[in-house]
Amino acid sequence: MTTSETKPRAEEHYLAAFRDFQTQRAGRETPWSRKLRANALQGFNATGFPIVRDEEWKFTDVRPITERAFAPAPLHQLNGLASGGIEDFTLGDLQSNRLVFVNGHYTPELSQLQALPQGITLGSLAEHIAHGSELVQEHLARTAGTTAPSPFTELNTAFMQDGLFLHIPNGLVIEDPIHLLFLSKASASPVMTSPRNLILVGANSQVTLIEHYASTARDEYFTNAVTEIVAGRNAVVDHYKLQMESETAFHVSTMQVQQERDVRFASHLVDLGGRLVRNNSNAVMGGEGIECTLNGLFLIAGEQHVDNHTVMDHARPHCNSFEVYTGVLGGSARGVFNGKIFVRRDAQKTDAKQSNRNLLLSNDALINTKPQLEIFADDVRCTHGATIGQLDEDALFYLRARGIDKNTARGILTYAFANDVMSGIKVEPLRALLEREVFTRLARM
Amino acid sequence: MLLEIKDLHASVEGKEILKGINLAVNAGEIHAIMGPNGSGKSTLAQVLAGREEYEVTAGEVTYDGKDLLDMAPEERAAEGVFMAFQYPVEIPGVNTQVFLQAALNAVRKHHGEEEMDALDFLALIEEKSKLVEIDKSFRRRSVNEGFSGGEKKRFEVFQMAMLEPKLGILDETDSGLDIDALKVVANGVNTLKNADNAFVLVTHYQRLLDYIVPDFVHVLSDGRIVRSGGKELALELEAKGYDWIKGDEQAEAA
Ligand SMILES: Nc1ncnc2c1ncn2[C@@H]1O[C@H](COP(=O)(O)OP(=O)(O)OP(=O)(O)O)[C@@H](O)[C@H]1O
Ligand SMILES: [Mg+2]
Repeated sequence: MTTSETKPRAEEHYLAAFRDFQTQRAGRETPWSRKLRANALQGFNATGFPIVRDEEWKFTDVRPITERAFAPAPLHQLNGLASGGIEDFTLGDLQSNRLVFVNGHYTPELSQLQALPQGITLGSLAEHIAHGSELVQEHLARTAGTTAPSPFTELNTAFMQDGLFLHIPNGLVIEDPIHLLFLSKASASPVMTSPRNLILVGANSQVTLIEHYASTARDEYFTNAVTEIVAGRNAVVDHYKLQMESETAFHVSTMQVQQERDVRFASHLVDLGGRLVRNNSNAVMGGEGIECTLNGLFLIAGEQHVDNHTVMDHARPHCNSFEVYTGVLGGSARGVFNGKIFVRRDAQKTDAKQSNRNLLLSNDALINTKPQLEIFADDVRCTHGATIGQLDEDALFYLRARGIDKNTARGILTYAFANDVMSGIKVEPLRALLEREVFTRLARM
Repeated sequence: MLLEIKDLHASVEGKEILKGINLAVNAGEIHAIMGPNGSGKSTLAQVLAGREEYEVTAGEVTYDGKDLLDMAPEERAAEGVFMAFQYPVEIPGVNTQVFLQAALNAVRKHHGEEEMDALDFLALIEEKSKLVEIDKSFRRRSVNEGFSGGEKKRFEVFQMAMLEPKLGILDETDSGLDIDALKVVANGVNTLKNADNAFVLVTHYQRLLDYIVPDFVHVLSDGRIVRSGGKELALELEAKGYDWIKGDEQAEAA
């Protein structure tokens, strides 16, 4: 190859890989799913990877991802990751329904499922695709691309591997959280994994979900994940996402939730890992009386880049939304927060609160923050605010004047700053684990 | 001698505030420092506690035989210097009990002692909160957050009682207190006082000195101690105001 030749489009690599991918999956697909994938690939190809001239990608240059030709993760192989190998990732003594996906593939040997109330379907999405599940056909890929279309979502749909399929009929409660552990491990060439979750929660039902991305490897890989949640009338859904990828990893994700009347939905997103990360969290309030929370914490240092884009879409009246994103940035880390709030013409009596607070621990760290309000109703209340600051010197001195050394004092104050998002985490062992994790990371910053 | 300040000069943002302070404090003594607003009383207190914003441009401070100015703020605290802030800082999100435990254990560690176990720690809080008559529920709140002015001052004295310093510097801990709270603060100091420690009270009001009787009273004016005397000096100041001293000074200068 000579350097003077024009480089092929980065998309070409994925078009070529798709042919092998389809062959590999023979017998695991239905005509419906083949078509879904092929259409998505076409959509991806038509749009192409985003560039920084795209308003939605202004501060996040994805070339480090597109320049590397990631290969779709080859089919399931554990490669020595024995069952003993996941205890670092089981969230302490958390009692849960645990589904483990290694490089994107469901791994029953490492998973642990409990008896559930009758009528609930919980398992591997890939299996339900293969068996031609009607619910899957009705709901999969219906919402993820609607609020904030992204070529990465299309790419995921084309190459989606596996993830949770959950269907809870009306009026049922799953007591213990569902822990979805997506583990990346070393492989011969840089891989792309495409986790995909579909969660259908019936009216008056309740569930807690934990999406957890982690790695046993230090090498470069790319996680491109999509989660779709549909919450029926008066359902209660708590969603957590822990992004603890390796610091050499690339991570792009979309979470889309559709809510019907009187739903209580809360999502807490914690970003600790990753070299280049982009999360889209989209919440659509499609009925009255909904209370929706999107909170996030990102704690990054070194060369890490984390971009959080959120959309709160108030489509109907009398809904309340709450949003707090908190960033702690050290080293020469880059953060982006873009919080969009739509209040549609119908959505009178909307009450939307948004805040983004950022703490810069070094002179080289940088945050771009932008609230975006698009309000088409007149009787609404929307508040938003963004702050960027350093540690309070007066508070630091106060602690030191009581004998607490400088580093510990800095740690205590930074931790306090991060804590308002963490204090919203209702799963006790999860919060305890994160508190420890955050504290250790802060000590290194 | 516990504390010896010699010809101390300090500036902030290039402006000289302390212009040659001399002061000697022995163990077992109580000193009061009075003086007009802006004369440098808090600056002196902050310099002694180690606030880096204030630049010491000349002079020396010896504490317990050591060079105080050479020590980090946390080291000074661990060695027994305690300053009660004129304006205690609110620290949202930092739980008061966690803070107290961190402070106490840091000081213990400095002296090679083991961390205090949780039960002993709670018992200590119980005991000391009685001394300053504060409701124990404060420990579940964030440090100083939402405390009233009086609560903040009492909490400073409470911390002092927890840490049992050798040198307590109280910067206007009595300002803005009603008489009951004032008695509580005074009682705190009188209880902690012994032959091995000393207190420096910065105050505007002779009233405090009815309850804590000082051995010496100093008047700080424009960055210098312009007058020192016994407790009767405070009464005289109360009656005549600072102009009396300033006039005096001018007379001396003439
Ligand atoms: N951080 C600072 N930056 C700038 N100027 C300062 C700072 N701290 C103190 N000063 C100035 O130094 C002078 C002395 O202030 P200081 O607070 O020590 O006075 P004080 O005697 O404690 O007064 P008060 O009785 O009002 O508490 C004042 O003129 C004040 O404005
Ligand atoms: Mg003062």
